[in-house]
Amino acid sequence: MSALATEQEAARPAVRQAGGLSLALAQGGIEFKQFVRTRESLVFTLLFPVMLMLIFGSIFGSVIITPEGEVPAVTLSQYFVTGMIASGIMATGFQNLAITIPIERDRGVLKRYRGTPMPKWVFFAGKILCVAALAFIAVVLLLGVAVALYDLRLPDTGQKWFTFGWVSVLGLIACTLCGIAFSGVAKTGRSGPAVVTPIALILQFTSGVFFEYKDLPHWMQQFAALFPLKWMCQGLRSVFLPESFASQEVAGSFELGRVALVLAAWCVGGLILCLVGFRWTTKREG
Amino acid sequence: MVPGVTHEELAISVSGLRKSYADNVAVAGVDLAVPPGEVFALLGPNGAGKTTTVEILEGFRTRDSGQVSVLGIDPAKADRDWRRRVGIVLQGTGEFDELKVHEVVRHFARFYPHPADPDEVIERVGLSEKANSRTHTLSGGQKRRLDVALGIISQPEVLFLDEPTTGFDPAARREFWDLIRQLSHTGTTILLTTHYLDEAEALADRVGVIARGTMIAVSTPAELGGRHLATATVSWRDEGGPRSEETDRPTEVVQRLAASFGGEVPELTVTRPTLEDVYLKMIGENGQEPA
Repeated sequence: MSALATEQEAARPAVRQAGGLSLALAQGGIEFKQFVRTRESLVFTLLFPVMLMLIFGSIFGSVIITPEGEVPAVTLSQYFVTGMIASGIMATGFQNLAITIPIERDRGVLKRYRGTPMPKWVFFAGKILCVAALAFIAVVLLLGVAVALYDLRLPDTGQKWFTFGWVSVLGLIACTLCGIAFSGVAKTGRSGPAVVTPIALILQFTSGVFFEYKDLPHWMQQFAALFPLKWMCQGLRSVFLPESFASQEVAGSFELGRVALVLAAWCVGGLILCLVGFRWTTKREG
Repeated sequence: MVPGVTHEELAISVSGLRKSYADNVAVAGVDLAVPPGEVFALLGPNGAGKTTTVEILEGFRTRDSGQVSVLGIDPAKADRDWRRRVGIVLQGTGEFDELKVHEVVRHFARFYPHPADPDEVIERVGLSEKANSRTHTLSGGQKRRLDVALGIISQPEVLFLDEPTTGFDPAARREFWDLIRQLSHTGTTILLTTHYLDEAEALADRVGVIARGTMIAVSTPAELGGRHLATATVSWRDEGGPRSEETDRPTEVVQRLAASFGGEVPELTVTRPTLEDVYLKMIGENGQEPA
């Protein structure tokens, strides 16, 4: 280094650089600000699931899906709203990131970050923090509508709140990591929604969001059981539907152990896919 | 290449740099030596290999072969310490549509141990009035100035500017030049690529002309292509129409003309080749269409 540069160094004010953790919080804050100020993403990611809940809720009405005479009775709407809460978590984690990251990559936002000394993990931490805040808002919104309009009961035991917590958090982590990993699949920002939306829809149809899972063809059930959404829905049914409803499940129980296992496996798998699939720059740059 | 400066002391040093994409050779053996504090302009038509070269120096692209060192470190092995010392203004603008100018600049300041004051940087790039505007409301030139603000917020030792003034109006370009001169006065080494010859002439200590992936000339702007040695052209008009004469001694020609006309020489001009003339000739000789 030249003498000049050294002098320059000495003349600089000794501002303490933000630590990794506060940097990650700041990054999360910036991401969140950007998200809530973008009307399209706000509407598409947060309000779309609420709209779907209202539309399908009205269609299903108060159709009772428990055997005649069984108490407490469960309506199709109640069954559906648990699936919609799981879908809301998937929308903020998977769809949101798998669509927005390719756009940012196209625009060179990611490249710009790569040109700074910001540690790579801070970028991902920022995304995850932002997604966590959005998922929280989405779940509160959906729960509010479900409780107000579809007689959904909030969990009445600590045990159920605990289940609600871990199913949501594990599901969100799995979806977020898959969303980050999947951002490498879309070649351009424009193709993102076309690639991601059908996947989300297929998972919703096969995982028992729009229809009762137990009524689906066996092969479809087998297919959906490979992915997190089916297990998120099942875990949430154990929280919001009566314990007696367990007998209506395919396995005759809510299989919470298996729910935890599959979601945890997707968290690990998602992390590996992230490390393999994530790209900071577009393919034509190298 | 640069007398009196050893390899270790160079801010940027490149030798035998090569890079191909599939069957397209982008950079075919570029050498470059930039001492600390110099402003070096890389001139060349589109597709000549300017951006590829610069992005290899910035650590964004891999190279096929050659030696590259920026601040004594190979950019391919760039670590965070190196990134703290290098400022980058990319050709594309990665925008943060819904964030305000001051929010973006402040956020990027957090990444560095010794950032400049964000408000001061916003002032320096002439965006003070827009500090509270969302970045999507900025004009093309204003967005570019924000890019520059993010490139200099770290007070870098080396600054890369890839076509920084594309889309600027003439007044904004002049302001930008002043900013670059200020940075240069504080000792920042600057490597810029540009299409604009007046920009290279106004800013650069030396220019390098790159065409078809090779450096075809490196010189001061005044001496590029032997411009300072070139003959002058004296033009005037007489009864027979426009006349002109190539000469090494234009003053003598003008005196002779003045004597023969007995005073004012009609439509008298004395010209030497501009940087643009020299550049276009060089590019033309290398079989590449000027951009």
